[in-house]
Amino acid sequence: MGFGAVLLELNGYQGMDVINVMIIGVFQDFRSITEILLKSIPLILIGAGLCVAFRCNMWNIGAEGQLYAGAVAATLVGVSFPGLTSWIYVPLVLIAGALGGAFWGGIAGYLKVRFQASEIVTTIMLNYIALIATSWLVTGPMKDTKAAYPQSARLLREAWVPDLISGARLHIGILIAIALALVLYVYLYRSSAGYAVRVVGINPHAARYAGMNTGRNMMIAICISGGMAGLAGAFEIAGVTHRLYQNISPGYGFEGIAVALLAGNNPMYAIFSGGLFAVLRSGSELMQISSQVPQVLVSIIQGIVILSVVTFGALRFFSRRRG
Amino acid sequence: MTDDKPMNSPYLLQMKEIYKSFGPVTVSAGVTLEVKPGEIHALLGENGAGKSVLMSILCGILKPDSGSIHYKGAPLNIGSPREAIRHGIGMVHQHFMLVPNLTVAENYVLGQGTPLRLINDMKAVHQRITALSDRYGLDVRPDAVIEDLSVGEQQRVEILKVLFHGTDLLILDEPTAVLTPQETDRLLDLMRDLVADGKTVIFISHKLDEVMRVSDQISVMRDFKVVHTTAVTDTNPRELARLMVGRDVLMELPRGSANPGQVVLSVDGLSCRNDLGLPALKGVSFSVKAGEIVGIAGVSGNGQTELSLAISGLLPIDAGKVSLEGKDITGLSPAEINQLSFAHVPEDRHKMGVLLPFTLAENAILHRYNQSPFAKKGLLQRGVTASFARDLIKRFRVKTPDEEEFLANLSGGNQQKLVVARELARDPNFILVSQLTRGIDIGAIEFILQEMLKQRDAGRAILLISTELEELFTVCDRILVMFHGEILGEVPADRSRLEEVGLMMAGQRSAPAAAMEPALT
Ligand SMILES: Nc1ncnc2c1ncn2[C@@H]1O[C@H](COP(=O)(O)OP(=O)(O)OP(=O)(O)O)[C@@H](O)[C@H]1O
Ligand SMILES: [Mg+2]
Repeated sequence: MGFGAVLLELNGYQGMDVINVMIIGVFQDFRSITEILLKSIPLILIGAGLCVAFRCNMWNIGAEGQLYAGAVAATLVGVSFPGLTSWIYVPLVLIAGALGGAFWGGIAGYLKVRFQASEIVTTIMLNYIALIATSWLVTGPMKDTKAAYPQSARLLREAWVPDLISGARLHIGILIAIALALVLYVYLYRSSAGYAVRVVGINPHAARYAGMNTGRNMMIAICISGGMAGLAGAFEIAGVTHRLYQNISPGYGFEGIAVALLAGNNPMYAIFSGGLFAVLRSGSELMQISSQVPQVLVSIIQGIVILSVVTFGALRFFSRRRG
Repeated sequence: MTDDKPMNSPYLLQMKEIYKSFGPVTVSAGVTLEVKPGEIHALLGENGAGKSVLMSILCGILKPDSGSIHYKGAPLNIGSPREAIRHGIGMVHQHFMLVPNLTVAENYVLGQGTPLRLINDMKAVHQRITALSDRYGLDVRPDAVIEDLSVGEQQRVEILKVLFHGTDLLILDEPTAVLTPQETDRLLDLMRDLVADGKTVIFISHKLDEVMRVSDQISVMRDFKVVHTTAVTDTNPRELARLMVGRDVLMELPRGSANPGQVVLSVDGLSCRNDLGLPALKGVSFSVKAGEIVGIAGVSGNGQTELSLAISGLLPIDAGKVSLEGKDITGLSPAEINQLSFAHVPEDRHKMGVLLPFTLAENAILHRYNQSPFAKKGLLQRGVTASFARDLIKRFRVKTPDEEEFLANLSGGNQQKLVVARELARDPNFILVSQLTRGIDIGAIEFILQEMLKQRDAGRAILLISTELEELFTVCDRILVMFHGEILGEVPADRSRLEEVGLMMAGQRSAPAAAMEPALT
């Protein structure tokens, strides 16, 4: 943060003042806290999911696309079945989103396992496909005929994710995100299946020697991360916007990568790093409004935070003593 | 020995009162080591005595907590391996430090100069490698890709790498652990050539006969200190062993004759190809009975690796048949074979035997991570795993603070002990072992070989693949010799047949006694 302040000074702003605005402003009132929590939902979900993929040495850069795939699937389900009760409809929408994301991730997984195609390349390409496909859907086949703007029809009321607190946009997704991050922690570190995922990630030769199916574990890992991203997309649709738009995500899928790295690829810590990134995101919006600091500079400060934490983490790892 | 350096101290290197600890774990406790120029100085000590740590300090990988290092008469303060190389200190590590998907030449120039210059110089680099390789008879091709090379070949690449960078003080950390007797002879000759060229060598080995043959001075480490330094002429293997281990070590194990029962493993006309698609096994047939130890001797790279992989389901089989206890296991997956009464100590522990970032406890359940009692309802049972790991550690005297230590922090020999302990704990009827004693100290070799004999006497069938004739003749009942993917012949494990085995390893079917040392320079 100190470095961030210096950077602001150099650019002619009142360094510490701006940082203070950011820190105090963010936690100003109850409303802004619920907004931060709302932003942390997709970050926690995506970050925790990516921890699993990264532990398996699957460099899934495609959470953004998987989020969109999930959002599309959730929307399709959410507009199509009138008459269902919320108890059934909401889970159905969420599951559809998760499956959509898992499928999108699974394509890259299949290409990797079957043809050794680099998942870094394929997931990036799948991002573009998902974004373009979404634009096409909301301007074409899924467009709300009554609306002037490209957007889908509104989700049926029964498909909306219930609010956590009435009056705020925050919905129960925050509880589910935290719970799922904990579940993934148990999966990765306390279950046999997670053990295999980690072994495959560290040393595929040892994994084969131990009788593990490396390809299957890689598929599982990327589908889990895709599923979490898809679920994040479903929550954005069914919990916040209630419609599919072209730009439902301001880059949560990419920020999720930083969330996972900051968490040291441990899904439990993704809860905190996801929260931190939500704070930074809200703070950056505030900084722009209150002091006209350009967005680029805010991003640089974010980058510094990530770099310092990740570097310290790496140093700890290479000093090779257990913590 | 001529002393042409302008200095008052007779030593090239003096390490004094070196202390080093990792948190609460002490790994150097006041080590003093003095090496004269132009000598071959052997460093001995049990697994985990602190030899590799001391050498890592010398070549700038680790920083000592206190102590001083004098080199060429001046205090030496190096912060990185690269600086060490600049001072002419080069080390061949116990565990290879090569980038697997690059060629030999690319590995050598890694981190040297700018890419553009390198492209122009690459031809010169290749020439230099070929020249050095020819000169010392190392058989290293500059354009070979590391991951295609056998363990023994990679070792030679490592040695040549240090020579390539031009060093005055060469540190060899267990270089002979993976070499055959012939290769070892060659290496020892090479060490003498280097000394004749004015270089100095520090040589770590667990093999006392080599140490006696090649070194001028010997230092013995015990409990993180040098406890004794002597000229080779003033000592003998028995004394060295006692200094290292603290008790007398049996050089020859007492054993009864084998009592072979039914055939457990039978291999019939087995053929397969290696990673490059070249034929590696050409119709190999043999069998191993319950209660016997069958050895496979051979220079590394003659199909032994592929044989062990094919038997354990890790390499596709082109032709032939493998059966275990009467069941055809040809083409079964590793997972299916793991379900059988089968254990496998792989030749290269780092490549497949262990997970370095995992704890000992996690490593202990590598094959049984999803089996009761280590897993219940899909969840790992950490208590059971921990006590199982503690048991292995105790029984095989693995030197470690506790079972939650990361495997990467163990000394090489102790990592190997854990692998052997884990595999024997699977209580298998058939045991496939490759390079069993690679990097293990003599006290532990005695213990592990005795353990193998116990397994034999309990009616287990054991296939022992080794480049180490000493080990084969100590425990095997019969020895098969592999050459170019074929079994050249079978010899009873009687020490009088040692020479015959050596000749067969060089490709000769029968033995005209005069033709030893075929074309080795
Ligand atoms: N990074 C580390 N962190 C903690 N302990 C370590 C670390 N590196 C080495 N050790 C410990 O230091 C001790 C000495 O290790 P070292 O590798 O020097 O043994 P060694 O004499 O080379 O044995 P070997 O013959 O088995 O190779 C061992 O007990 C090992 O567990
Ligand atoms: Mg060592």
